[in-house]
Amino acid sequence: MKRFVGFIKKEFYHILRDYRSLLILIGMPVVQILIFGFAISNDIKDAKIAILDNSKDEITQKLTQKILSSGYFILEKNISGTGDIENSFKQGKVKQVIIFENDFGKKLKKEGRASVQIISDASDPNTANILVNYTNAIISSFQMEMMKSQVIPFQIIPEVKLFYNPEMKSVFMFIPGTITLLLMLVSAMMTSISIAREKELGTMEVLLVSPLKPIQIIAGKVVPYILLSFINAVTILLLGYFVFNMPFNGSLTLLLSECLLFLIVALSLGIFISTFANNQLTAMIASMLGLMLPTILLSGFIFPIENMPGWLQVICNITPAKWFLIIIKSIMLKGIGLKYIIKENLVLIGMIMFFIAMSVKKFKVRLE
Amino acid sequence: MHSDLTPSPSALRPLRSTPSIKVENISKNYDKVVALDNISFEINKGELFGFIGPDGAGKTTLFRILTTLLIPDKGIATVEELDVVKDYKKLRKILGYMPGRFSLYQDLSVEENLKFYATIFNTTIEENYHLIKDIYSQIEPFKKRRAGKLSGGMKQKLALSCAMIHKPEVLILDEPTTGVDAVSRKEFWEMLKKLKESGITIVVSTPYMDEASLCDRVALMQNGKIFSIDRPQNITKQFNRTLIAIRSNQMYKLINDLRGLENTYSVYPFGDFLHYTSKENKINANELFEFLKKNEHKDVEIKEIEANVEDCFIELTKKAEGVQRRA
Repeated sequence: MKRFVGFIKKEFYHILRDYRSLLILIGMPVVQILIFGFAISNDIKDAKIAILDNSKDEITQKLTQKILSSGYFILEKNISGTGDIENSFKQGKVKQVIIFENDFGKKLKKEGRASVQIISDASDPNTANILVNYTNAIISSFQMEMMKSQVIPFQIIPEVKLFYNPEMKSVFMFIPGTITLLLMLVSAMMTSISIAREKELGTMEVLLVSPLKPIQIIAGKVVPYILLSFINAVTILLLGYFVFNMPFNGSLTLLLSECLLFLIVALSLGIFISTFANNQLTAMIASMLGLMLPTILLSGFIFPIENMPGWLQVICNITPAKWFLIIIKSIMLKGIGLKYIIKENLVLIGMIMFFIAMSVKKFKVRLE
Repeated sequence: MHSDLTPSPSALRPLRSTPSIKVENISKNYDKVVALDNISFEINKGELFGFIGPDGAGKTTLFRILTTLLIPDKGIATVEELDVVKDYKKLRKILGYMPGRFSLYQDLSVEENLKFYATIFNTTIEENYHLIKDIYSQIEPFKKRRAGKLSGGMKQKLALSCAMIHKPEVLILDEPTTGVDAVSRKEFWEMLKKLKESGITIVVSTPYMDEASLCDRVALMQNGKIFSIDRPQNITKQFNRTLIAIRSNQMYKLINDLRGLENTYSVYPFGDFLHYTSKENKINANELFEFLKKNEHKDVEIKEIEANVEDCFIELTKKAEGVQRRA
């Protein structure tokens, strides 16, 4: 035990003396959460549009007013002919053009139907999609208002209610995602690098030719990073709560213990990487490619898993981040207890056992 | 029962004291490269034993096998009667190992490094201070300094202290003096001599031939083979040619001129002189002197000298190569 404590003490010296890395480790979560929270947002407001009103009657005026007062759009300019449409897109300012047909109002009153054309700049498909949806929604609600004066025999009025995130804030998505990403990176990358460093500098040779057991060497490497990553997790949660008003509906104890569980998954992965990485560079690249990309792309953090092709969904299932993201979102936003997330927990525990077993099997008590 | 005709090695053992290190027919390959080729030797208890050979001779591979870090492809090696493969856990407790690369933690201070190695071997600096006192007292004034900021010689002293702190029975040092200045090298060897007095077996490798004479016995190694094991004095006695040191004002021309001579066996630079041997055992210094004078050399100095270990090494490798070529 004294050996083990001595080893951990040494690891802390390494971490604390490399103050640049330490600064990055502690500062990265703060910077990342602020960037994700403020800058990267799927919510669109003040999109610039142009309107080509061929009718210029009372109804088109009213509809235009309604669209512009929604807060999502700003009128960049009124255009007078179809030739200007492409030009305004090419100038790059206008994201969408709305065109009312000739005699829009008259047709609507006489025939009961009139056309409005929505042209979107789909070079950014997500934005285009969102803008079209917004416009559609505004037009249909305008239609409803108009129909109030008339009697229509059948009418279906959908009443939409958004649970857990009524304002659809994307930051609620990013905070769990960032915690996942950072715990994964800090824990897995740092442990694998710090074990690989001993190999690279040749100190592993001396450690191996000592009575230290492999398990003591590995655990000694892991313990300091558990502490460090846990501090990171708490920092992010505090930032989410105080800066972004992220709700905490579930139990804090459960949340923190789940963070700890995921930390151990990440650490065991890091150890596994270090069993085959012989220098710091390999360890870093393996952790970056092997962990960061799947955690961002395949966990449901940014892209919804449901939309992926079947084979990719299978790969998603072996990404630990996917399961942790479900857990953490369930706890924070839905406020549910342990019994609803037993399956996810079991998957994570299974992963820990797998990686530890593989690492123990692969750990070399010799140099080859 | 053992038959009288073929006594097993264990039956022979009681006749003399058990060797500290015993290696039998060890071979080791890395892919197609042969690192060790069927090596056997014994090192006695309390001996200061040197492995001498150029880079790539297989010294480090051999040491890694002895320190349980590598498994030999073939053969048996025991250290203090512990098998390096089977009993590696027990063996690691009694070994002191100093790898070729400086392998201490650069970001820890001198004292922290030593303390760390003491702790992982379940001892303390105070407990074994007497073992390292001579060495450590030299670097103790700098004990708060980071190991990375020490000079080469001080680093080696610290590394040796760390390898000694747990009172090992066998000390294995892989090129401890490589990259260290001449004064520190000398000091280092004096320390090894002192350590030897406490009875531990010390195995050292070095590419510097001049250090060979400081060992009790040396093994000359090249290309994964040992081609001579003996006391340093005996190795130099094996040198049976007349060796001459020559100097003139044009050293480069001197090499070429001597190589052009029909009777020349070997010419190679050695410090300020060239070491020269002839195919005939007797060398007529006057004849040589005249020859050089004719070739416009001035300040010529010729003297007969005793062969040192390096001369023997070159001679022996030359012979070994000759045997290979003939075969």
